[in-house]
Amino acid sequence: MAKIVAAVFSSHVPAIGAAIDNGKTQEPYWTRVFSGFVETKRIMEEMKPDVCIVVYNDHASAFSMDVVPTFALGCAAEFPPADEGWGPRPVPVVKGHPKLAAHIAQSVILDEFDLTVVNKMEVDHGLTVPLNLMFGSPKEWPCPVIPLAVNVVLFPPPTGKRCFNLGQAIRRAVESYPEDLKVAIFGTGGMSHQISGPRAGLINSTFDKAFLDGLAGDPSKIIAMPHVEYMREAGAEGIEMVMWLVARGAMDAKVDEKYRFYTVPASNTAVGHLILENAAR
Amino acid sequence: MTDAKKEYDDIPGTFVFDQERSRQGYGVNAFCMTLMKDENRKAFRANESAYLDQFGLTPEQKESILKRQWNRMLELGGNIYFTAKLAATDGLSFQQVAAIMTGATQQEYADMMLAGGRNPNGNRSKAEWSKK
Ligand SMILES: [Fe+2]
Repeated sequence: MAKIVAAVFSSHVPAIGAAIDNGKTQEPYWTRVFSGFVETKRIMEEMKPDVCIVVYNDHASAFSMDVVPTFALGCAAEFPPADEGWGPRPVPVVKGHPKLAAHIAQSVILDEFDLTVVNKMEVDHGLTVPLNLMFGSPKEWPCPVIPLAVNVVLFPPPTGKRCFNLGQAIRRAVESYPEDLKVAIFGTGGMSHQISGPRAGLINSTFDKAFLDGLAGDPSKIIAMPHVEYMREAGAEGIEMVMWLVARGAMDAKVDEKYRFYTVPASNTAVGHLILENAAR
Repeated sequence: MTDAKKEYDDIPGTFVFDQERSRQGYGVNAFCMTLMKDENRKAFRANESAYLDQFGLTPEQKESILKRQWNRMLELGGNIYFTAKLAATDGLSFQQVAAIMTGATQQEYADMMLAGGRNPNGNRSKAEWSKK
């Protein structure tokens, strides 16, 4: 049986990707950010997941306004990095896990979550930056990845509760997969940031830290939080954090906090990072 | 369902890209999306006005793009991830456009971010902004 071994949360700021791609990681501004992901790489090396499900959002790269799926599951064999205006990021092509992805689609749709199945998709910084943060810059990513793209660009995104419940359904799907696989699920995006309009630059560390506490402890309050509260308190684009609830939903009610890191800023954004494991029983 | 009250309209300095804005702004965002291709960027630069005529824009939308009124574009249905492609075409970074939208200089904005960003206190409601 396959099982979900950990939930890994992190921001996916494009400037972090640019710092990696342009060799700026040693500059003081960036060492502050990357120092928070050194221990992470050791943890991931030890965890050695067989597959990662990465919950992220596309930023007008793969999806224009022509088609806007609320939840889109990547079922392809591979996902090339998207050209976001500066050429595709020089990172390895992301290899999928079509067999497990097909199983998840089959399972969660019958479980009443009406996913969109995607068999051809490029992936942008939303997916590739977290891979760099967890695994560094290898020649090939260490394991297959199943992208789950969530619409958080066009309002309204799915509710936090819906995201959490989908995470629970994904867990049921994974646990009904016959092969023994260790699966890690990533929640990405956030934390507080606003990059649009006269209020751009908003950062709310108090909100962010309470959100991390909610994920690590009892998530019921953050699950119930309405969209307007995310936008008012954590910035218009801070709404991305609803995606973290998919990953939290795939875990036990009680979890152990393995690692946490938080810093402000990376470009316009607060960077948060958390690794949760199911509490030992 | 009623759409009588949109609670988020009270968030100051913010244009929430909702279904209504996205309906109005389809052309703006469709235009921005074409800027992913270099040949289109060249065609746009060669004659901005003629290029824009392909997208069924309102005169206000067209003017906001020609004049690079970044906030106005959002107000008229553009979305930041799309208008960012126009910014990139102009050689501007995300942070540079953000600075312009807030009315700050590049340096002021970068300093604000380094100092921890814009504090949410005083920035939660339109009433708070009108007192400033
Ligand atoms: Fe994002």
